[in-house]
Amino acid sequence: MEDRKDIRVVVGMSGGVDSSVTALLLKQQGYDVVGIFMKNWDDTDENGVCTATEDFDDVVRVCNQIDIPYYAVNFEKQYWDKVFTYFLDEYKAGRTPNPDVMCNKEIKFKAFLEHAISLGADYLATGHYAQVEKVNDQYQMIRGVDDNKDQTYFLNQLSQDVLAKVMFPLGHLPKKEVRKIAAEHDLATANKKDSTGICFIGERNFKEFLSEYLPAQPGKMTTLSGVEQGQHQGLMYYTIGQRQGLGIGGPGDPWFVVGKNLKDNVLYVEQGFHNDLLYSDGLIASQLNWISGESPTEKIECTAKFRYRQNDSKVTVVPMGDGKVQVDFAEAERAITPGQAVVFYQNEVCLGGGTIDEIIKNEKYLDYVG
Amino acid sequence: MNPIYLDHAATTPMHPEVIQAMVPVFNEVYGNPSSIHHFGRKARQIIDESRRVIAASIHASEKEITFTSGGTEADNLAIIGTAFANKQKGSHIITTKMEHHATLHAAEYLEKKGFKVTYLSTLENGQVDVSELKNALTDETILVSIMAVNNETGVIQPITEIGEMLKNHQAYFHTDAVQAYGMMNLNVNELGVDLLTASSHKINGPKGVGFLFIKDGVQIESLQYGGQQERKRRPGTENVAGIKGFQTAVQLVDNEMEQRLNLYKQYKTSFLQLLEDEEVKFTVNGDSKKTVDTIVNISFPGANVEALLTNFDLSGIAASSGSACTAGSVEPSHVLSAMYGSKSEKTVNSIRFSFGLANSIENVEEAAKKVASIVKRLTRNN
Repeated sequence: MEDRKDIRVVVGMSGGVDSSVTALLLKQQGYDVVGIFMKNWDDTDENGVCTATEDFDDVVRVCNQIDIPYYAVNFEKQYWDKVFTYFLDEYKAGRTPNPDVMCNKEIKFKAFLEHAISLGADYLATGHYAQVEKVNDQYQMIRGVDDNKDQTYFLNQLSQDVLAKVMFPLGHLPKKEVRKIAAEHDLATANKKDSTGICFIGERNFKEFLSEYLPAQPGKMTTLSGVEQGQHQGLMYYTIGQRQGLGIGGPGDPWFVVGKNLKDNVLYVEQGFHNDLLYSDGLIASQLNWISGESPTEKIECTAKFRYRQNDSKVTVVPMGDGKVQVDFAEAERAITPGQAVVFYQNEVCLGGGTIDEIIKNEKYLDYVG
Repeated sequence: MNPIYLDHAATTPMHPEVIQAMVPVFNEVYGNPSSIHHFGRKARQIIDESRRVIAASIHASEKEITFTSGGTEADNLAIIGTAFANKQKGSHIITTKMEHHATLHAAEYLEKKGFKVTYLSTLENGQVDVSELKNALTDETILVSIMAVNNETGVIQPITEIGEMLKNHQAYFHTDAVQAYGMMNLNVNELGVDLLTASSHKINGPKGVGFLFIKDGVQIESLQYGGQQERKRRPGTENVAGIKGFQTAVQLVDNEMEQRLNLYKQYKTSFLQLLEDEEVKFTVNGDSKKTVDTIVNISFPGANVEALLTNFDLSGIAASSGSACTAGSVEPSHVLSAMYGSKSEKTVNSIRFSFGLANSIENVEEAAKKVASIVKRLTRNN
C-alpha cells in the first residue's frame, strides 16, 4: 500500500467544527493534508465586514494548530451561474429549490474537486456526515452513523467518478464525538456554533434577502374553492405546508399553505395540519442521479426522504422511460413540495435521487400545488 | 524540499550583520531615549546616529527624518497629516490608481472627511499618465502623492519629471519610495519631493521600522498624541533596536548596492530565459526597461492566480500576486486593472516574482524549472 504521507488530501474547510475535525483526523492518520477555504459568496456589508473573512480566519487558526498549509479559492462566479441562478429561477417558477444539493453537485464536488486535482490531490475530503464504501467495483454512499446529522440527502447527485475521489472522515462519528475531539485538541472552532440555513443568506431575514433579487408581487390568498382569506406578500415567500406568516386569525383550526396558482398569483390556504388537501400518494421526479451509475429498468421497492431530517417512507419507484420516475407512496404523505429533492435508500445505502416535479393523488396530478 | 523565496517585494530576510548590530542594543541599551540619565543617553545616541546615516542616504538633513513603525504609518502621516494641516490652502489631493493601499485607503478616508481626490490613470507600460496631472492640478490642490516604484510591477515612476512640474505649485509632493529605497540612488533635492516614505524590512532590516522624510518647512499634523518624540510628529518611545537595525541595513545597501543589483538582474534574466527555454507562454507586465531589477510581474495566459500560487507553494515556490486578499482569496489586481482595464485576463493570471538576499543563481534556476512545469501542466488543455 502506498505510504499515506504520499497521498495528498485536500480538505474543503469552511471554518466550522466539522471540517476542522476532518482535517485533524486526516493529519493524524498521516496523510499529506492541504486545507482550502472556498469563497462562494460576497456578503461584504456597508461597513466592509464579511463573514467569509471571519470564517477564513478560523480556517487559518485551525490549520496552524494542526500544522497544515491553507489556501483559499474563489468560486463566486461559478456559484452565481450554477447555483444562485437556479435558486432564483426555481422561486420564479413557484417552486422551493434546494441550493445545497446544487452546490454539492456543481461547486463542491465539481469545480472544487477539479481545483483540488489541479493541486495534485489524490482525494478531496469534506466534513459531511456520510460514508463511502467500495463493494466489488462499485462505490456505495452510506448514511452517516449519526441519524440526526446524516447528510446523504444533500449528496444524492454524486457520481461514481466523484465518490472514487472523496473521503468523508466524519461519517462514522456521532456529532457529539466530533465536538469532543475538537475540544480535546483545543481547536479554535471547538465551540463555534453550527451554521444554519442557506449559506449565502446566513442569519439574515429570508424574505428581505429574496426581495433584493426578485420583485415581490402581492396577491390574493384564497381557499381552493375561492373564498378570499387575505393577502399574500408574494408567492415565492411561501412553501407547501407552511403555517407561519399567513396572518389569518379567527376561529377553528390554524391555516396552512396547500398550493399556488402562479398564473393568477393566488396562494391557496386551507385549515388544519392534517387537511386532506395537503396529502398525496405519489410524485414524479426528474434530474435523476443513480449513484451506482445505472438507471433502474424495473420498479424498485425502497424508502425515500422528501426533505432533510425526515424519517424514511416506504415507496415504490417506477421508471417512466423518459429519464423520469414515478414514486408511489405506501402511505399518504403530507406537504410534498415541488423543487425539493427526493432521495432513495435501500436500508443504509443511498441509491440516488432527483427533483420533485409533480404531485400525484388518486392517479391525477395535483395542479393546485404549483 | 527546501522552499525557495521569490517574494522579496513583500518582505526580506534580515541581513546577518543587521541582526549582529541589533543584539547588543537588546542586551545592553535598555534605557528610554527620552530619559536624561546615562541609560537614556546611550539609547538616544543610537537613534541620533541612525538618523544621521539615514538622512545622508537621501541627501536630507537629520531633522527632516521622522521614524515611524513602517511604510504604512509613514504614508498615512504624510497624506492625512499634510491634508489636515493645510486645509486652509485647499481641499484637493492627487494620487494614482496604482498606489499601495496604505496610500489609497488614506485617500479614501480623506474623501470621507470632505477632501476631493483625483486618481491618475496608469499607462499600459505601468507608468502614471503624467499628462493627466497637468489637467488635474488646480489652485485647490494641496498634495500630490505618487509612488516611486510600483510594488506589483516594479515599474519606476517619473518622479523627477513630476517634481519639476510641481516646482512652482503650492501642492506638496509625496512619494511612497518603499520599493525604491535601496534599489536606486534617491536624492530628495533632485527628485523635488517634500515627503518621502521608506521602510526597513524591504531592505533586509527588521520589521516595524520606517521613516518619513518631511522637508523642512512642510506643515504637517501629527496623527498620534503623547510625548515629545520625533518632534512631536510621532510620539511614543522609540524602537531603538529596530532603528539601529534599519541604519545597519541602509549602510549595507550604501556599500553593496551596485553589486547586489547586478546579481538580482542576473537572477531575473536567468529566470525569464529559463521560462523561455521551457517554452512557457508568458508576457512581462510593465516596461522591462523601466523596471527595478528585483521585481518581475509575469502574465501566464490561460492560467489563474489562485491555482498558480497554491501549486507554487505546494512545490516550495513562494511568490505573490502582489494584490490584496479578501478572505484569503485573491482579488484581481488593482494595479494591473489600472494598466490593462478591469476586464483584462492579465488581472487574474499574473504573478509577481521578486528576488533578493534569499536567492542564489541555483535556487532561482530551480524555481524557474518548477514554475515552468506547473504553468505547463495548468495550461495544458488550453
